[in-house]
Amino acid sequence: MALRTSPEVGGMGHSLKRKEDPRFIRGKGTYVDDVQLPGMLYLDIVRSPYAHAKIKKIDSTKALAVPGVLAVITGEDLAKYNLHWMPTLMSDTQMVLPVEKVMYQAQEVAAVLATSRYAAADGAAAVTVDYEPLPVVVDPKKALEPGAPVLRTDKKDKKDNHIWHWEWGDKSATDRAFADAAVTVKEDIYLPRIHVASIETCGCIANFDKIDGKLTVWMTTQAPHAIRTVFALVAGHVGLAEHKIRIISPDIGGGFGGKVPVYPGYVIAVAASVLTGKPVKWIEDRMENLQADSFARDYHITAELAAKQDGTLTALRIKTIADHGYADAAANPSKFPAGLFHVCTGSYDLKSAHVEVDGVYTNKPPGGIAYRCSFRVTEAVHTIERMVDLMAHQLGVDPADFRMKNFVKPEQFPYKSALGWEYDSGNYAGALRKAMDTIGYADLRREQVEKRKRGQLMGIGISSFTEIVGAGPSKHFDILGIKMFDSCEIRVHPTGKAIARFGTKSQGQGHETTYAQILAEELGIPANDIQVEEGDTDTAPYGLGTYASRSTPVAGAAAAVAARKVRDKARKIAAYLLEVAEDDLVWEPGKFSVKGAPGKSKTIQDIAFAAYTNHPQGMEAGLEAVSYYDPPNLTYPFGSYICVVDIDSGTGEVKVRRFVAIDDCGNIINPMIVQGQVHGGLTMGLAPALFEEISYDEIGNIRGGSFIDYLVPTAVETPKWETGHTVTPSPHHPLGAKGVGESATVGAPAAIANAVVDALWHLGVRHVDIPITPAKVWKLLREKGVKD
Amino acid sequence: MLVKLSINGEKHEADVEPRLLLVHMIREVLRLTGTHIGCDTTHCGACTILMDGRPVKSCTVFAVQAQGKELMTVEGLEQNGKLHPLQEGFMAEHGLQCGYCTPGMLMTSYAFLKKHPSPTEDDIRWAISGNLCRCTGYVNIVKAVQHAAAKIAGGA
Repeated sequence: MALRTSPEVGGMGHSLKRKEDPRFIRGKGTYVDDVQLPGMLYLDIVRSPYAHAKIKKIDSTKALAVPGVLAVITGEDLAKYNLHWMPTLMSDTQMVLPVEKVMYQAQEVAAVLATSRYAAADGAAAVTVDYEPLPVVVDPKKALEPGAPVLRTDKKDKKDNHIWHWEWGDKSATDRAFADAAVTVKEDIYLPRIHVASIETCGCIANFDKIDGKLTVWMTTQAPHAIRTVFALVAGHVGLAEHKIRIISPDIGGGFGGKVPVYPGYVIAVAASVLTGKPVKWIEDRMENLQADSFARDYHITAELAAKQDGTLTALRIKTIADHGYADAAANPSKFPAGLFHVCTGSYDLKSAHVEVDGVYTNKPPGGIAYRCSFRVTEAVHTIERMVDLMAHQLGVDPADFRMKNFVKPEQFPYKSALGWEYDSGNYAGALRKAMDTIGYADLRREQVEKRKRGQLMGIGISSFTEIVGAGPSKHFDILGIKMFDSCEIRVHPTGKAIARFGTKSQGQGHETTYAQILAEELGIPANDIQVEEGDTDTAPYGLGTYASRSTPVAGAAAAVAARKVRDKARKIAAYLLEVAEDDLVWEPGKFSVKGAPGKSKTIQDIAFAAYTNHPQGMEAGLEAVSYYDPPNLTYPFGSYICVVDIDSGTGEVKVRRFVAIDDCGNIINPMIVQGQVHGGLTMGLAPALFEEISYDEIGNIRGGSFIDYLVPTAVETPKWETGHTVTPSPHHPLGAKGVGESATVGAPAAIANAVVDALWHLGVRHVDIPITPAKVWKLLREKGVKD
Repeated sequence: MLVKLSINGEKHEADVEPRLLLVHMIREVLRLTGTHIGCDTTHCGACTILMDGRPVKSCTVFAVQAQGKELMTVEGLEQNGKLHPLQEGFMAEHGLQCGYCTPGMLMTSYAFLKKHPSPTEDDIRWAISGNLCRCTGYVNIVKAVQHAAAKIAGGA
């Protein structure tokens, strides 16, 4: 895209340095735990050592004797206000604090309120709880067997652990295609539980002012407005009305989906502040964060892919068991309990597909949120990319050639997928070709042949993913009934500077910079003259927040639309000032000129001043606009990644030697920020591919519940990413942009897994579940008779 | 217990519980909140500060162990209104996103560059391997440290 603004204005396409950095590099950001209010109390939480147990007695005597401890709050206390249960974002219910039993290890059992952080922790350690252990259900498949203990005994009519069944697509056409297929492949793919592990954990400060009845909550949330409404709906009966609730989401130390839900700690802190009239701080520690906050994935997938003899793909069939823990606390749009998993036909022109997903309760923490991904898209991409690779290998065709043959072609867009999505734009072959050229694909294949002769294990893996982001059109997308639009409000000041506020909330993505650049592009006001604010529900327009790569597709579009409204009014004022008809004016970023008389012009700054000092009679003063943007469709970013791995046959260690990522997110607003998002996304793709997993033993003890055994990659394990892009604009987005924050996390794991299987295919290995740990590979190699 | 220490060149004293963690003293008693907390197990490095020039994870040091020491935190990097080359490097190379790990990364890199003024990329990666970043994928952090090293070598 050609640049339309100067570097001084800094519109689209400029790698503007970030406006948020000056405070962060000085340690002057304000994160939730940095807020300290006079008279603040601290909350600490007592957690269950058992995965399933009846609570016989909670004895607070010793805790209350600890100096500084003011109260021990239990489920019984909250039950008096009917606040011991709360709704999840998927209209299920979860406990705030239990009255009868606990359902997972590390579940909140009671909360201790004290005058200091340390006293609260001492108090929590001194609470004695008498438990009676109950049978534990960890495996979701066993949870569905007849005779399995029914976990949700709180639901009167519940006779099993099945939450919901959901299916999509044409079953009979798909079954027919499989019956007619010349070749089929089938694989069980497990995508384990993982955790976003943002470096800042979750927490809040609730401050209830008893005099004016107003609750202010500083909170680690990606969706402050939605949280305000949820609080008003959940606590309306105890007197909290929405105009008396203010949610402030200050600087956020990474979100990735983990800061979308409402956790019990937030609710307890609010309750404690309302009861005491004092500010109450709750900050979870890392172990609480990993052990109790919403997890991602935990999908047990069985996938089948069908093709003709010539390698033309025809159909996809998937059955999945979704382990949701003891409550479905996913953060999906209401209509889609399995999120957007049915984008699973991916980048390929499949004629039919059918997907079934069954949600199941187990004795694990609730959730099913994203891990830097738009509602189960990684699950979809991993499945189709593994299956396509499997089919290519099965047919003895190079996986790159096989993809090229089966891609949706550029001329097929807008493309209606077999599962009903309308892909906006794409050039899949273009991205793959660029990735192959960048990495030197043919040479790598030759090297692999040579190495294999010498017994060395080298693999090349491809992932040509299609994402689906920017939820979403309001006719299909809502969270708890609230439509998934987003918003921008712009006010241009008399001196030509501006403030813009948004319904989203950056957690590191650089919105203050990116949004300012969109407005600079549309209005010609320098980006540095535009202040961007988000995250305060008292000032920002209503919006659904930042997750699922929706900020640029939705709020970014709102910024463009609002700016164009401002421009429309500016045109009227310019016409008045220049004494010409509106139609006689031409716009270039920053000024209106009279057609054929370029010297006769008014800058946006001139016009802004006139809007307050010399506006036409009959026109309202001021220069401002607001847009609540409802996107007509989702956007479909895509890319092709190629990864080269070397495997140590002695230790089983997989080393990523090279990784080339070609992304296409449509028109790019800030190339530097986009590249940074891809770097980070790739690292969060590497992490679950090779290192991260949260698993449970047979009695529900968590494994991976601290940074000792939950292995977030360091700079040493992380390869030097090689990035590039192609540009295929979205036809329906006002700026042609698509969103990029999550592409790499979605696309990368499959490239790595495919590379590992590619390295081991000749030994008879057909699939390896992620994380592909040295232990897993070592065992496989020994099974296949490979000597150290 | 009475702790006397110096932080970013200023002398402070405070009467603290012997078990108070240094990071809590810095953040909550001295109100320097640039030093962050990201884990309980000394893995993430968000709380890294310098104690007599050595990088330490202040979540795993008691405040009383800092008795008589000279501490430096992220707030001490800027001198007389002039940013340290590392701070400039992190901004120039987009070496930060959410900013939460950044103070720890800066302090680790500061101590590292003092000892290793012309490091290789591998040296840098090992040096910052005690600091986790979830946003950047480390590529631009490495570049930021290289940027600073070049600038310091050039006499900045």
